[in-house]
Amino acid sequence: MAEINGRVWKYGDNINTDVIFPGKYTYTVSEPAEMPQYALEDLDPEFASGVQPGDLIVGGSNWGCGSSREQAVVCLSEARLGAIIAKSFARIYYRNCLNNALPAIVCPEAVDAIENGEQVGIDLENGLITCQAGEFSFPPLPDAVMEIFNAGGLIPYTKKRLTEFK
Amino acid sequence: MAQTFAEKILARKAGLDGVVPGQIVEITPDVILSHDNTAPIYGLFQRMGGEKVFDPDMHAVILDHATPAPSTKHAENHRIIREFVREQGIQNFYDVGRGICHQVLVESGLALPGEVVLGSDSHTPHAGVMGAFAAGIGRTEMASIWAIGQLWLRVPESLKITVTGQLEEGVTSKDLALTVIGDMRADGALYMSVEWHGEAIQDLPLSQRATLTNLMAEMGAKNSYIPPDEKVFDFLQDRARRDYDVVYPDPDATYALEIDYDAGKIEPMVACPHTVDNVKPLSEVRGRKIDQAFLGTCTNGRLDDLAAAAEVLEGRKIAEDRRMIVIPASEEVYLAAMQAGYLETFLKAGAVIESPGCGPCMGNHMGVPAVGEVSISTANRNFRGRMGTKESEVYLASPAVVAASAVAGAIESPANL
Ligand code: SF4
Repeated sequence: MAEINGRVWKYGDNINTDVIFPGKYTYTVSEPAEMPQYALEDLDPEFASGVQPGDLIVGGSNWGCGSSREQAVVCLSEARLGAIIAKSFARIYYRNCLNNALPAIVCPEAVDAIENGEQVGIDLENGLITCQAGEFSFPPLPDAVMEIFNAGGLIPYTKKRLTEFK
Repeated sequence: MAQTFAEKILARKAGLDGVVPGQIVEITPDVILSHDNTAPIYGLFQRMGGEKVFDPDMHAVILDHATPAPSTKHAENHRIIREFVREQGIQNFYDVGRGICHQVLVESGLALPGEVVLGSDSHTPHAGVMGAFAAGIGRTEMASIWAIGQLWLRVPESLKITVTGQLEEGVTSKDLALTVIGDMRADGALYMSVEWHGEAIQDLPLSQRATLTNLMAEMGAKNSYIPPDEKVFDFLQDRARRDYDVVYPDPDATYALEIDYDAGKIEPMVACPHTVDNVKPLSEVRGRKIDQAFLGTCTNGRLDDLAAAAEVLEGRKIAEDRRMIVIPASEEVYLAAMQAGYLETFLKAGAVIESPGCGPCMGNHMGVPAVGEVSISTANRNFRGRMGTKESEVYLASPAVVAASAVAGAIESPANL
């Protein structure tokens, strides 16, 4: 997994999936490629047009709470977001991230230290975040999950397992 | 080693002697639930190279989110799902109008004690009311289970909530749940298994217990569980689809957190805009003008909920320039409410009754608010934009308070009408 490096978009606590990807689009926007244009629409109207591949979201606690809609992850993974660093994640959101190979990193100390707009680097393999305030480490992913991650997400992973079954 | 409910059931499912919180296990669920999102999941399944589902009998497919179809696009979504269930030989298919997936799953005897239910809906913990381990998952993971019949789960830490004493007259499990969420906040049980114990819980009818397990999603819980008792076994007598093997936690199990409540101290509560944990006592919010009252959803759209609202509305009228929407949670509830005369009470009071399903809960149709309007609802979520426009406010309360507010035209306690 390559190094991740990008500009930080910082938000607060309890950011729910209704503001990450509004419910009114859940049955009308079905193409993953169309989703990034609605990302964070109700939270930060600047985000969708400004986000660059490799950029990072830094969130507070309970990022991605609320509805389990996976579009709230896909709209970001499709925008080729580098990672989300948060104090904690809502569990379904966390799972959806890993299953879509979007790094979801829990590191409260880094969240407090990182400023909106700064450049931050992440070394996933070694569990290291480098920002202006210094370096922060985070625990690496469990092996079972890393396998899905390394396959590029749950879709390619399942594909591989299905082929093995046949 | 003594085990909590989650530890015991996941160890059993994974074929292990014991598991610890944080451990990752791979299991095959007993039931997998999907709703209107079945079509997009099917798309993902096909992208994975899936052709035949792993086990059609594992599936429960229940259409509820936008039913009957409000647009051609939604209708097309339903059409794809009907074709899918036919092709795959899925028997447990409930078409539009049968009810909300969580309610139908329980009523149809598909959520059973000691079983694992995984659903691609965040309120799947609802089924824990039957003593099942029930958790919400994402669409891609659902597609992966369709294909390979397995999924990884992280064994959760457990939170034990013990509620002693008795709820006062006019206080419901909705008020209890909102009190707990207000105290613990939206992330208070993040990734945890929430167990409800104590005599106050045992005293509750199943419908009110379901409000508790349903609402734990709003505290971040992975699943929620109430130890099944005679009420559950009686309910399942003629409904259970197969024999089941009940799982109880060990009395000396270790919990990450244990909290106690005295039911007698709980008062009517209201969740204020725009988060479910923004909870205030009803007495502090009384008088806030509302435009629309909504009685329904998987949280509070069951027969006793309708009964409580009908009692308030009997012989009364909804305030001028106000609207009240009533949506029974299922066909079974609808029919029973009709036989009990509640529907007549609602109609005479000036309410609108719509067919079983989610209705305006997530802003799809059947009574979404206009910009600037205020709703009071029996649902479980009041996030900004939840009911369709971010320029509106949603208050959450118990059925009787929602009905009283419809009559008063402002948030009101039934006792003050
Ligand atoms: S009623 Fe509301 S909360 Fe319940 S399943 Fe439907 S949309 Fe979700």
